[in-house]
Amino acid sequence: MSSLELKDLYDGFRDPNVIKGYQKLIAKEAQKLPRTINIMEVCGGHTHTIMKYGLTQLLPKNINFIHGPGCPVCIMPKERIDHAYRLAQQSDVILLTLGDMIKVPGSLGTLQDARAKGADVRYVYSPMDALKVAEENPDKKIIFFAIGFETTTPMTAALIDIVIKRNIKNIFFHINHVTVPEAMELLIEGSDNDHCIDAFIGPSHVSVISGAKIYAVFPEKYHIPVVVSGFEPVDVMESIYMIVKQFNEGRSDLEVQYKRLVNFEGNIKAQAFVEHFFEKVDLFKWRGIGHIPRSALKLRSEFAALDAEVIYKELLPYEEINDHKLCICGDILRGRAKPQDCSVFGTACKPTSPLGSCMVSSEGACAAYYKYGNLI
Amino acid sequence: MTKTVTLAQGNGGAENAELISKIFYKQFKNEILEKSEDAAIIDGGRLAFTTDSFTVSPLFFDGGDIGKLSICGTCNDLAMMGAKPTYMTCAVIVEEGFSIEELETIVASMKKELEINGANIVCGDTKVVPRGAVDKIFINTTGVGIVQKRGISSNCVSTADTIIVSNEIGKHGATIFANREGMEFSSDLKSDCTSLWPLVEKLLAEGIEITAMRDATRGGVAAVLNELAKQSKVCIEVQEDALPVSDTVRGICEILGFEAYNLANEGTFILAVKSSDADRAVEILKTFEAGERAAVIANVTHQYDGRVILLSAWGSKRFMDLPTGELLPRIC
Repeated sequence: MSSLELKDLYDGFRDPNVIKGYQKLIAKEAQKLPRTINIMEVCGGHTHTIMKYGLTQLLPKNINFIHGPGCPVCIMPKERIDHAYRLAQQSDVILLTLGDMIKVPGSLGTLQDARAKGADVRYVYSPMDALKVAEENPDKKIIFFAIGFETTTPMTAALIDIVIKRNIKNIFFHINHVTVPEAMELLIEGSDNDHCIDAFIGPSHVSVISGAKIYAVFPEKYHIPVVVSGFEPVDVMESIYMIVKQFNEGRSDLEVQYKRLVNFEGNIKAQAFVEHFFEKVDLFKWRGIGHIPRSALKLRSEFAALDAEVIYKELLPYEEINDHKLCICGDILRGRAKPQDCSVFGTACKPTSPLGSCMVSSEGACAAYYKYGNLI
Repeated sequence: MTKTVTLAQGNGGAENAELISKIFYKQFKNEILEKSEDAAIIDGGRLAFTTDSFTVSPLFFDGGDIGKLSICGTCNDLAMMGAKPTYMTCAVIVEEGFSIEELETIVASMKKELEINGANIVCGDTKVVPRGAVDKIFINTTGVGIVQKRGISSNCVSTADTIIVSNEIGKHGATIFANREGMEFSSDLKSDCTSLWPLVEKLLAEGIEITAMRDATRGGVAAVLNELAKQSKVCIEVQEDALPVSDTVRGICEILGFEAYNLANEGTFILAVKSSDADRAVEILKTFEAGERAAVIANVTHQYDGRVILLSAWGSKRFMDLPTGELLPRIC
């Protein structure tokens, strides 16, 4: 048997002829639509795919995208980034986090700034990298600033499990894991007739863990179709076609386009792992949107000895910090505005000096518009 | 700009350009510097003159080491101005406790690469600093080259030109990332670190009409194409599927969320040549191992002056922007 090569992961899913084929199918099907439909791609990864591959340029005018709030870096409120900043400033702390997070400004600055001023801030590819850092720095406290949606939470849980089993004394956790469906419900309930969300494209990697079942509420309760989609251009084009077909056939179903790995139940073992270590917080602030009930996780109280938020309670600031007053990210995330409608887009607000949440990570709507332009 | 220097300001991209123009150009401003070429053209056009510092980590990587890099890097900048690398300086800052054996290996690599270029180190400086004052070893080299073909400049690209890349892109950046992070791939991935003068010499000898050349180091092919578009006030339209990228580099980019055209190269360059010479230039480059996958990648137009556009194989287009920030892996 030949082994799987890296290129097998994307080969075929960017095939020009397949993409053009879907373009024709969508155009034909969209002619039957009675009005413009608004599709929200929940996840920043999909926003990135749509902009990077120029997919909006291939679609008829009566299909409109609303770029959703599913970028864990973008929605991180300044208050939480300030936590990371304060923790990193401690001389005996090494703060670890994932990728883009170190670029996002809180009210004190970015973690990059903290590093330039002497803090030990490092980014890791996997939470497991924390084990090596902890081993090499036995006299330091390693704090893993954990971020991400359902996709990354199981890896944090796996690290906690190892830390407990091996009795590692110098790894701690600051938990900022958020969950997708609660934010989606809030956006539906806050929408009006002019800015309604007609359908969702759901992120496949979330459902690899949590199953397609987490989206069942949307067709059932709100009669809004959901298609769980992969991240390659062919995946997204096929998902758009599936959504338009649902409209024309008068259906609102939960469908899975990414059948390669997603089923209804998801990864039960990973779910149990997450359940074991984490519980929901009552209220979590999403940058640009506001407080959303039960939309984030925290460590269960029996693991308080690992919880940096408990250990450093006295050190961490908890005052509310408002979003920048010129920023319209809240409206963008609700589909009421596009990035170019913002008065500071591309001028005072750029990827190098973001004012609002949608500009901070390459997966935010504003950053994607800025980076790839909107040529057509 | 920020109050303290950040790593992002050394990325070869937008923040780097801002730091250079607002701090250094502001004070040093003069006609030669402001041309922003890979090497300064001095002495009435007779000589090319440039300098570069090398701080790579790890010091030894697949396909080269800091010594080889320190000669290739500076000589390539001279070659990009159509100049034959001739005289060089070498300044080394080395950390207390550094292995003599490794130092010998590094200097031997430098010698080998000097021979390929036909250049000599004619003066130098050595400093040893206390542990922690530098990370192992930093090397600076300065080079003087004798211009063989005058008028090659990044400010002169026009619609009469066609854009070529000399080989597969992103190999050095991908190798350094993989080596630094201990990622192991069962493949032959190695840095493209190589001296480019032999390729340039041949192109000139064959009479290829070269308008501009620039080696795609930090910031990658995207940074160089953007510089050419801005400096020459033209639009460069790149066919995305024409960019030569190996499966391994593409795979690493997929895993880490990078674009191959943002990754550094150390032996791959962009050429703007008269369109009628383009195919012949590609054929000549292909006779070298370092040019095996040379290809025509772009046309020059005036559609969006100062910008680079990527055309997808399915008819959509987007900007190919300067990389911003540190290259960081996407998280999901």
